[in-house]
Amino acid sequence: MTQGESTLLRADDVSVRFGAARAVDGVELDIRAGEIIALVGESGCGKTTLARTLLGLQQPTSGRVLYEGKPLPTGTRGLREYRRHAQLILQDPTGALNPRHSVYEAVAEGLRIHRVPGDERELVASALSRAGLRPPERFFGLVPHELSGGQRQRVVIAGALALDPSVLIADEPVASLDASVRGEILALLLRLRDDLGLAALVVTHDLGLAWNIADRVAVMYLGRIVESGPVEQVLTAPSHPYTKALLSVLPESEGPATVLAGETPDPSRVPTGCRFHPRCPLLAAGLPDSVADRCRTVDLPIVDGASPGVACHAVEVATAR
Amino acid sequence: MGEPLLELRSATVDYRTANGLVPAVRGVDLRIDAGQTLGLAGESGCGKSTLAMAVLRLLPRNAAIGGEILLGGENVTDMSWGRLRAVRWAEASVVFQGAMHALNPVRRVGDQIAEPIRLHGKGSVERVDHRVGELLEQVGLPARRARAYPHELSGGQRQRVMIAMALACSPGLIIADEPTTALDVMVQAQVLTLLSRLVDELDIGLLMISHDLSVLASTCQRLAVMYAGRIVEQGKAVDVLREPRHPYTKALAAAFPTIGDASSRLSPRGLAGDPPDPSDLPGGCPFHPRCPSVLPECSGTDVLLRPVSEDRTSACLLEVEP
Amino acid sequence: MTASIAWQRRRAAAGRVWSQFRTDRGGLIGLAVLVVIVLLAVLAPLISDRSGLDVTHATGGVLQPPGDGFLLGTDESGRSVLLLLLWGSRVSLLVGLAATLLSVGVGTVVGVLMAHFGGWAQAVLMRVTDFFLVLPSLVLAAVLSTVLTPGIGTIIIAIGATAWPTTARLVRSQTLSVESRPYIERSWALGAGHWHVIGKHVLPAVAPLVFANTTLNVANSIITESTLSFLGLGDPNSPSWGSMLHNALQTGAVTARAWWYLLPPGVAIGVVVLAFMMCGRALEAVLNPRLRER
Repeated sequence: MTQGESTLLRADDVSVRFGAARAVDGVELDIRAGEIIALVGESGCGKTTLARTLLGLQQPTSGRVLYEGKPLPTGTRGLREYRRHAQLILQDPTGALNPRHSVYEAVAEGLRIHRVPGDERELVASALSRAGLRPPERFFGLVPHELSGGQRQRVVIAGALALDPSVLIADEPVASLDASVRGEILALLLRLRDDLGLAALVVTHDLGLAWNIADRVAVMYLGRIVESGPVEQVLTAPSHPYTKALLSVLPESEGPATVLAGETPDPSRVPTGCRFHPRCPLLAAGLPDSVADRCRTVDLPIVDGASPGVACHAVEVATAR
Repeated sequence: MGEPLLELRSATVDYRTANGLVPAVRGVDLRIDAGQTLGLAGESGCGKSTLAMAVLRLLPRNAAIGGEILLGGENVTDMSWGRLRAVRWAEASVVFQGAMHALNPVRRVGDQIAEPIRLHGKGSVERVDHRVGELLEQVGLPARRARAYPHELSGGQRQRVMIAMALACSPGLIIADEPTTALDVMVQAQVLTLLSRLVDELDIGLLMISHDLSVLASTCQRLAVMYAGRIVEQGKAVDVLREPRHPYTKALAAAFPTIGDASSRLSPRGLAGDPPDPSDLPGGCPFHPRCPSVLPECSGTDVLLRPVSEDRTSACLLEVEP
Repeated sequence: MTASIAWQRRRAAAGRVWSQFRTDRGGLIGLAVLVVIVLLAVLAPLISDRSGLDVTHATGGVLQPPGDGFLLGTDESGRSVLLLLLWGSRVSLLVGLAATLLSVGVGTVVGVLMAHFGGWAQAVLMRVTDFFLVLPSLVLAAVLSTVLTPGIGTIIIAIGATAWPTTARLVRSQTLSVESRPYIERSWALGAGHWHVIGKHVLPAVAPLVFANTTLNVANSIITESTLSFLGLGDPNSPSWGSMLHNALQTGAVTARAWWYLLPPGVAIGVVVLAFMMCGRALEAVLNPRLRER
């Protein structure tokens, strides 16, 4: 997107700790108007916690979340007002809808909570249409179990759209859906961006999804962003060894797969120095001693997700030359 | 060639429900020989899990199996209860969908792996313990983890335990139902590497079920795509993925884009509508309501699987004569 | 229009509950018995003469056996046992119902608050609930009845105060289960406050279970009331089945072999309780599987 797009939502050095576990350990991230950002990482990397913190559903232990330059309100009334601007799409559309409520009630719920003025019926119908359920009246009286997975997800999206937000935060929006239905929901998110200028943060472990719909991507590992930048750059010419490894193990990728050993360590036991160094294939293959020492002992500065960046000693050294 | 490990001839499975007979599998022909790997691709409601469970007669009571399901030449439906119990796990075993929740949370992992060994009466306590340790090492876990409880293990480790359990009685065939679906990309890669290595080392047959075509293509030699209870395309995995000969296969392949492919950048592709309900299938070709290349005759012609080229079959009017 | 959608669905849901309830023969029998008894109790002023309960207006002889105008004989004051039984049913049913409403009401409120707010609210309320749960209910009810002025209100309070903890624990676990569903998080994300989440999501989900539990609770309350009255702790002025048994014992009806005085109230209690239990179990069977799969 063009330079100087207004920043809607910003995570400013946000950390979230649960006791000793450092779920989010210093993240700076921007979401600009009219763009889709993919937040990619494996389970335990803190992406869901970060998403919830951006929505105000979780208080950061340190740092702050800024909406349009101002910190998020802390009182219930203030937060409720904020909810009109930033909405959540959950992973499992079946669980996300109250099985006893009709589609109409599910979409109208937000309108009623905020006492939005206007003809409720019109607003609900408009939201359902924007989410691709047409004619909307046909769906008013249906209950979730009478809908397919894709339709349920559209109802959830309609419920979010009814409040006319400027940012959508979607946590694995298509992970529970059938493969052939994914495309439609992803196309809907793209259309919302194009037609309504809706910004979106899509949290996912699926790099293909990022390729499909995102403008920028941020890769998270153990609570930090390790690489961020435009999708074309990060996914076709990755710099960080973790990103490279993730891309190499995708089934359709050519070339040898770098299968990392073990699993992501516990967030309460973050390694010293570069947090990825125990599993880093680059380090294992052999780096000059000066660099290897830094990998083991020196922690990297936080990558500002607002601009392209990589958190890797080896890369730093290479680009410095 | 020898006798196939698993052969299905016109296999059908119908569920008896309050609303009548629901056809979940409507005539499937398959063949897996020793050391071969076959991937079965499809989405919810296509009948792939039903098919997998039918092989060991693990279906609920209201399921009626038709056709022939031959395990090592013997028809599974004709087996006596005793013979079936002997066959289960010792000749073919299953890695279940949602395997991570299939472990008993209050029993140690080692005991659960040992359970099928003990049930099949194979050896003394020391020998069983030794075998459990052997199995754990085979799947990449240290033998001492046998004393762990499921909640002490990560998702990937639990999946490895499920695989160890499936290998416990040295079966000739393993059926893996969505073995990597809920796993992270890296853990998925680890599990798939493990499965490939085991298949090579132990020369067992593998039937892998998934909705992700690329995962199947990277692990299996052959690929069969299921839709609405039937196979709609079958052939060598790399060929099917590279050059699909059925519109549904094309759509499935397009659903998981290749990174770097400019045609899928900012253009997610999917099908309209939803996978069909087995109790309410459309007439003619069951895929026709969603097919992007539908012809007028598709709604009236029930297309069967026919050869389209060397080692490839497809059930589509665009490719074959009806 | 929107309200009518909700009402249409509620009616349809009620219809489904009814058609499933109908298949349970025990439940139907229980319901039929209850309907008859409640009708009789409600219509008592119309079908009988209240003055017959007044001791001074008693016309029969003392402990007369059935016959000669008195279908079930007379009591120690010459009053018709049948009349006493009919009017006693009003008291027993009223107390049973009112006490249950009180205990279910308190239990539901406490259970929802505990589960929803957690933290110190839960810690405190849990201890209170456990305390009342462990207390021997009959003893507590007896103590309350003697401390407070005797009367129907006292009995209702006494029973209500001891029966609420079971409902509270049931409602608490159901609330916890409902609040772990993703649609609750969606509601928070939409901007809901506590009362919206409780009123729109938790209570409707908990209501069917509470309703089924209520029917069983009424049975318990009736038994407790009868026991209290039997022990002489009831209201001396209004007859109830329990007090009939109490009077029978006190006035030597047992030694006089006046079975017509003892049997009817005992049987009546048994029949009503059984009817409530059969109804309640059928309701639970209908409502619970739906709850579980949701």
